[in-house]
Amino acid sequence: MYEFDYHKAASVDDALKSLSGADDGKLLAGGMTLLPTMKQRLASPDVLVDLAGIADIKGICKDGDQIVVGAMTTHAEVNLSALVQSEIPALAELAGLIGDPQVRNRGTIGGSVANADPSADYPAALVGLNATVTTNSRSIPADEFFVDLFETALDEEEIIVSVSFPVAKRAAYMKFPNPASRYAVVGTFVSELADGSIRVAVTGAGGSVFRQSEMEAALSKNFAADAIEGIAVDADDFNEDIHASAEYRAHLVGVMARRAVAKIA
Amino acid sequence: MLKKVELTINGKSVSDSVEPRTLLVDFLREKQRLTGTHVGCDTSQCGACVVHVDGKPVKSCTALVVQLEGADITTIEGLAGKDEPLHPMQEAFRQNHGLQCGFCTPGMVMSALGLLDQNPDPSEAEIREWLEGNICRCTGYHNIVKSIQAAATTMADGKADA
Repeated sequence: MYEFDYHKAASVDDALKSLSGADDGKLLAGGMTLLPTMKQRLASPDVLVDLAGIADIKGICKDGDQIVVGAMTTHAEVNLSALVQSEIPALAELAGLIGDPQVRNRGTIGGSVANADPSADYPAALVGLNATVTTNSRSIPADEFFVDLFETALDEEEIIVSVSFPVAKRAAYMKFPNPASRYAVVGTFVSELADGSIRVAVTGAGGSVFRQSEMEAALSKNFAADAIEGIAVDADDFNEDIHASAEYRAHLVGVMARRAVAKIA
Repeated sequence: MLKKVELTINGKSVSDSVEPRTLLVDFLREKQRLTGTHVGCDTSQCGACVVHVDGKPVKSCTALVVQLEGADITTIEGLAGKDEPLHPMQEAFRQNHGLQCGFCTPGMVMSALGLLDQNPDPSEAEIREWLEGNICRCTGYHNIVKSIQAAATTMADGKADA
């Protein structure tokens, strides 16, 4: 790892100030991706601004019909939260499927969504539940937040404060995990929102999370696994690596979607 | 630029100045001479470096010491004093042949304690799932699982007696 200066921010404003004062500063959340990347010298920030000391961007609460998760809340905290387990059990379960227990004790929701790894689990929950990302300066709907591979709508100097998830009528997440890393080869999040609309969000398959609108339309008419049996998923532009071909990923989108629907139909 | 850190390691207050890029595992092994915590893969996959930070298992190869200012760290050396009997989890690994070469053992023990803290009576499947982040390259998982089951029983009995 190359040398860098370290600053533990006392507030979001303090973090923004340090970030703008640095040549190539990076925000440090749980560090579960950034630190390994720096160890491999694939990233070499001159300043790390640690967000872990900012108390008001941590924790989970209910605000009206929304579950609000602070950006620095760990995966383990979301997984074990009695509030999340009772209001949006699929979100608690998804958090418990990320990485391994040690990673879940450090990794945070803010870090995960800001990184926008194409195989991360959280993007599926954000888009699948029509969540909103709140930053220091604005609110961004999940549909507009994830732009492309490791690319989000965030500006260079913008910090995620929280993610708000509207409580859904029902929701389920199914993933085919990479057997080594537990990242999603494909993960599908299916929900019926409070207004009755259906969402099917897919992570792992493409450059970024996306909605499968054909499945959403079919499930709106008939919420049953059989209703999406015949829908072919186009493998164009899908990810391809030693773990799975694009065609195999396309196949998995349907399998995981049907399993998720079957779980809550 | 050196940064001053103060933290508690195995009940002892420690204060030092470190480069910000110092990993917790290197600090423990090289500065504190606590070499029970191992570096296996150094890429946060194998779990040989697991220690407890404020009671929770984390991978010490993927945390900077400076992030842990004020934290309470427990390493494998902190489970039982030099002249004390082994911790029930360590004893269970010994009795059940829960190790072969022993390299992964400190991490396995620290991870297992994290599991029992959260779930004192785990099923075999839950133990295997929990060990996702700990790799035993001797492939001795079966007896590791048996050791953790045995420790869960003795630790529950110990609590009932107390």
